Amino acid sequence: MTLHKLFKLLSVGLLCLLMTSLFAAEQNKVLRLATTTSTENSGLLQVILPAFENNTGYEVHVIAVGTGKALRMGRDGDVDVVLVHAPTAEETFVEQGYGVNRRQVMYNDFILVGPQHDPARIRAMQDPVSALTKIAQHPALFVSRGDDSGTNKKELHLWDAAGIKPAGSWYRQAGQGMGKVLQMSGELGAYTLTDRGTWLAMRDKLPLAILAEGDPRLYNPYGIIAVNPKRYPDANYAGAMAMIQWITAKRGQRLIAHYRKHGEQLFTPMALKMASH
Amino acid sequence: MDQLSEAFINALYLLFSGDRELWIIVATSFSVSLRAILVATPIAIVIAFLLAMTRFPGQRSLVMIIHTLQAVPAVVVGLTVYIVLSRQGPLGDWRLLFTQTAMIVGQILLCLPLLISMAHATFAGADRRAWETARTLGANRVQATLTFFYELRFALLAAIIAGFGRIIAEVGSSIMVGGNILHHTRNIPTAIALETAKGEYAQGLALGIVLLLLAFGLNALLHLSQQQRPVYA
Repeated sequence: MTLHKLFKLLSVGLLCLLMTSLFAAEQNKVLRLATTTSTENSGLLQVILPAFENNTGYEVHVIAVGTGKALRMGRDGDVDVVLVHAPTAEETFVEQGYGVNRRQVMYNDFILVGPQHDPARIRAMQDPVSALTKIAQHPALFVSRGDDSGTNKKELHLWDAAGIKPAGSWYRQAGQGMGKVLQMSGELGAYTLTDRGTWLAMRDKLPLAILAEGDPRLYNPYGIIAVNPKRYPDANYAGAMAMIQWITAKRGQRLIAHYRKHGEQLFTPMALKMASH
Repeated sequence: MDQLSEAFINALYLLFSGDRELWIIVATSFSVSLRAILVATPIAIVIAFLLAMTRFPGQRSLVMIIHTLQAVPAVVVGLTVYIVLSRQGPLGDWRLLFTQTAMIVGQILLCLPLLISMAHATFAGADRRAWETARTLGANRVQATLTFFYELRFALLAAIIAGFGRIIAEVGSSIMVGGNILHHTRNIPTAIALETAKGEYAQGLALGIVLLLLAFGLNALLHLSQQQRPVYA
């Protein structure tokens, strides 16, 4: 390579770099959505977002992290809209003025899963609190998300209701997403709390079974919130509102209802009272 | 074993089936890392050259610090770039977080210490007579320096390949500042992280094999281009 060529290459490289920066600044068609690993890992977003993009012309950039981090990104103005599942944290987020126009989108539920042979004997229990109490008393291995996600918040809430401070070698805090935690539980033969969507998407690969489900306390609603345009005037508020309107209207809600894995519906839409479809 | 053989078959299938998704991810990986190395290389060479050719107080400590910086974990680089580029950070107004540019910045910072260290070792161990000879033959300082670089091109190329190897394979910084956005900032390593999280081990491993094969191809090209040229030295 002659030096002349090298310089040419370098200048082309620098130019490319400069151009990406310019494109990055011009982004009214780009909508940044911070969401939870459950919506991404379950495959839902890959199905509904292309439809939204086709309908509205926006290009959605999905950043899938835990609910805690997603809300933090919204608070810092690094994204335009958040889709998360932690009602209390969502309310605080809006009350503190970080987000506006919160709408309920859909729900599924949490379930307690664990090894088939069920050492703590919680099978078919409905009450998640007494199931967790039995796990702690046994004690049987329990893997916690430990990452301040919506699932983690729910789990800690349930421990709180049981009057137990989970600690000790049986309680493992993974600090990872739902998919990873399910795999770890499978490998370790441990119990864990999971959302049903991720469970359905992954259960073929797991030596685990659903052991406790069906309690109202395990209800898992997802909300969508636009980042407050008063706080961040250059946030893509129009795009965020387009997404909120679309996902809570007929088209988006129907797509959510129709999303299935192994023949089972993963999320139930709740923004509209839909007669039938 | 099943997973491994399945992964290998998947990798071959992915490579030859013309899977569009895969090639977008591959293109992101290579375009980001190539741009990063293109920017980092001249900076590193100039710094390394100055470090090797001049004497100033604190020089040895500086070299030691640069050597140590090779050990900085990619996530720490990622976190630092994240904080700086976040809206709340000093460069927040540039709105660069979750773009390829942010990934490039992270990768430049990641490979600079390695590039500087290797280039510095090259210059420090080089025979300065090439530079002096060029000067006596009438070359000015810049020309002499460039001749000097040219004489050392193999060692410098090795440094560049090592630097490229570090950043094409790193996941910690890219996933944090890029956000692993499909069709945009999802590169091979972050895609592997995602496939692993979803329990698609074979797919993740297949992507790893694809990365290795393509990196091998790139290295082979570089080496061939070196051999075809007449050797003056």
